[in-house]
Amino acid sequence: MSRSITATLACLGLCLPLPVLAASGDELNQIRQQMETLKRAYETQIKALEERLQKAESLAEENRAGLNEVANAPPADSGGDQSSANAFNPAISVILQGAANSYSQNPDDYALPGFQLGDEAGLPSEGLTLDETEITASANIDPMFYAQSTFSFSDGNVNVEEAYGDTLALPAGFGMRFGRFYSGIGYLNQIHSHAWDFHDSPLAYRAFLGGQYGDDGVRVTWTAPTDLYMMFGAETLAGNNFPGGESQSVTGDVQTLFAKFGGDVGASWAWQAGLSALLANANNRSTDNAASGANTVFNGDSDLYGADVVWKWSPNGNPQIHNLILRGEYFYRDESGKVNVSDGSNDGLLKYNGDQTGWYAQAVYQFMPQWRFGTRYDRLTSDNHLNVVSLGGFADANALIQDSGLADDGHDPHRWSAMLDWSPSEFSRLRAQYNRDNSRLNGTDNQWTLQYILSMGSHGAHLF
Amino acid sequence: MNHKHLYAASLFVFTLLSPPLQAALRILACEPEWGALAQELGGDDVSVYTATTAHQDPHHIQARPSLIAQARRADLVVCTGAELEIGWLPLVLRRAGNPKIQTGTTGYFAATDFVALLEKPQRLDRAEGDVHAAGNPHIQLDPHNILRVAQALGPRLAELDSQHADQYAQRLKDFSQRWQAAMGRWETQAEPLKGMPIVVYHRAWTYLNHWLGLDQLAELEPRPGVPPTSSHLAEVLDKMKAQPARAVIRAPYQDQRPVQWLHDHTGIAMLELPFTVGGNAQAGDLFGLFDSTVQMLLGVQP
Repeated sequence: MSRSITATLACLGLCLPLPVLAASGDELNQIRQQMETLKRAYETQIKALEERLQKAESLAEENRAGLNEVANAPPADSGGDQSSANAFNPAISVILQGAANSYSQNPDDYALPGFQLGDEAGLPSEGLTLDETEITASANIDPMFYAQSTFSFSDGNVNVEEAYGDTLALPAGFGMRFGRFYSGIGYLNQIHSHAWDFHDSPLAYRAFLGGQYGDDGVRVTWTAPTDLYMMFGAETLAGNNFPGGESQSVTGDVQTLFAKFGGDVGASWAWQAGLSALLANANNRSTDNAASGANTVFNGDSDLYGADVVWKWSPNGNPQIHNLILRGEYFYRDESGKVNVSDGSNDGLLKYNGDQTGWYAQAVYQFMPQWRFGTRYDRLTSDNHLNVVSLGGFADANALIQDSGLADDGHDPHRWSAMLDWSPSEFSRLRAQYNRDNSRLNGTDNQWTLQYILSMGSHGAHLF
Repeated sequence: MNHKHLYAASLFVFTLLSPPLQAALRILACEPEWGALAQELGGDDVSVYTATTAHQDPHHIQARPSLIAQARRADLVVCTGAELEIGWLPLVLRRAGNPKIQTGTTGYFAATDFVALLEKPQRLDRAEGDVHAAGNPHIQLDPHNILRVAQALGPRLAELDSQHADQYAQRLKDFSQRWQAAMGRWETQAEPLKGMPIVVYHRAWTYLNHWLGLDQLAELEPRPGVPPTSSHLAEVLDKMKAQPARAVIRAPYQDQRPVQWLHDHTGIAMLELPFTVGGNAQAGDLFGLFDSTVQMLLGVQP
């Protein structure tokens, strides 16, 4: 074989348009020498290749001799129905959530004194209600991208809750997400409501993130090549949703930074801790104060800093019979800017500088298969400095400040919650929850909820 | 902070961040049986991290931070596939930021791709419980399957780490010979087990039954993945009165109470088989797993 290859190479060499005509005898000799060297080099290489081939063939022969099992093994592609075109459909899941809510106080005037609430931060409506119907489709697009979209339906409305692409092929631990998605700050913010441990969001999420903060933008993450899990992320987001206002900058009005760390302690414990910051430049952020009926418009900076920690325990890492989840998050927010307050006839302006904190801690314990009990405590505090710039028709500073909803009145909104849930399978959950809610100044609200969560179709993996 | 402290701190950070110097192929195995097999075939040329233990249900693992950290640096993931790990593995892979191990790459190895699966459901309906569309994924308790997977995994290791291709081929050859000898031994030993009636907790023993010819009369779960209910246990009890089983079998991660209940009411022997490597003291490796399984089954023979 090697001889015929050499011959072919030599022939190729002769056929090449060498400048033979102009060549002198010396040059011809040189060329001959060069060709001789080339020929030798090729022969050595070919010989080495032949040796490797022979070795591989004999090894394979040996394996085959010892292994008559090979004959019994099915062809590698017999794993499933991959040939069917249907298999390329995205994974689709439909999630139905509904509840019956009862409140001892009027839910329409729900407010957190000292905090302006975004549109979706109110209480779920009283009585029998369909919370949210969600359709999620997800798939790997190609070796480069994964995509997921979640549409939520409520009467007369379709919301694109999330619609994003994730990179799969960036090297060195980098990842990118682009489109609309829930920001990676905090712990609970990224988690869809059907996977929450309680029916409602923590007070801190209501006050600082409008329930849950999602927006249009880009995220870059990097995971460190270490045994300790360390992930760092940064996002730039349009800033169209609370705590943002109206997006004005091309590069986005909200920037976030976050880091997550995590690991195992023995087989039974796993933990994750996170730090995050959200820096928002809010333009014309409009909120309604349910208590006073006034509309407020905020312009300024809203900077939120958070820390979160999760501990999960299960005997030997087997959560099927018993497991415990402990979780806490702490937020500090610094807001400063101008607030325009309008009650329809009057239009005042305040200079506002607020220092606010919010935290919650919760424990959820599975005491027998399918049954879990949980309890949670929430607290918010605010220290807002308000100066009247112009009264704009309001009777006095006090009337203006009261209507702004930013007066804390020395009251810290707080709440106790307890819940019991039963999950016949991974695809269904029924829950009862009680909140002793002291958000408002004027006494306790006893809130009761019965809730169901049903999921159809494929059910993707949940975040830790 | 003085210079010495600064130096020490930066050294610490560098040690933390820099990849380790060992050149071994890093393998993330989803289940202990594949971790053990990768170790058999990879020897000193690989370092294996196993995501789950024999005391954990591979269906229900969380996408823990520690697993993402391991996937970040892995050169190869070796898993069962057939949707066994669907509740956690896809998320771990996506979050890892590691293009080498994504589905469809050489660094992603699913054992069920190389084995004919049993119990492929005729229709898919969640009312039937936690059924897997591709078939029953608990393939590891038929030693013939282990060999089939080994014959696919060996060349895969060589493909990823061609420098050590000869060593991988040699280890595969060596393992296959020892394994075939052991299979012959187990099959002779297990001869009396043919037709032995058993009850199982979960439909996880299909391939063992198939291999040894055990006769599975009932499952304690009313539907796969749904915990035993008292009404279903009562049905099993009635069945046992008509046709008693020799043993009621469970894996170490399954609830002991329903098994105990059936034992208390019928006297049928309780058998906690290792199910995978590490499932009991004897099942320290793949050979020990089958030694122990066969011996324990023979132990309940009259």
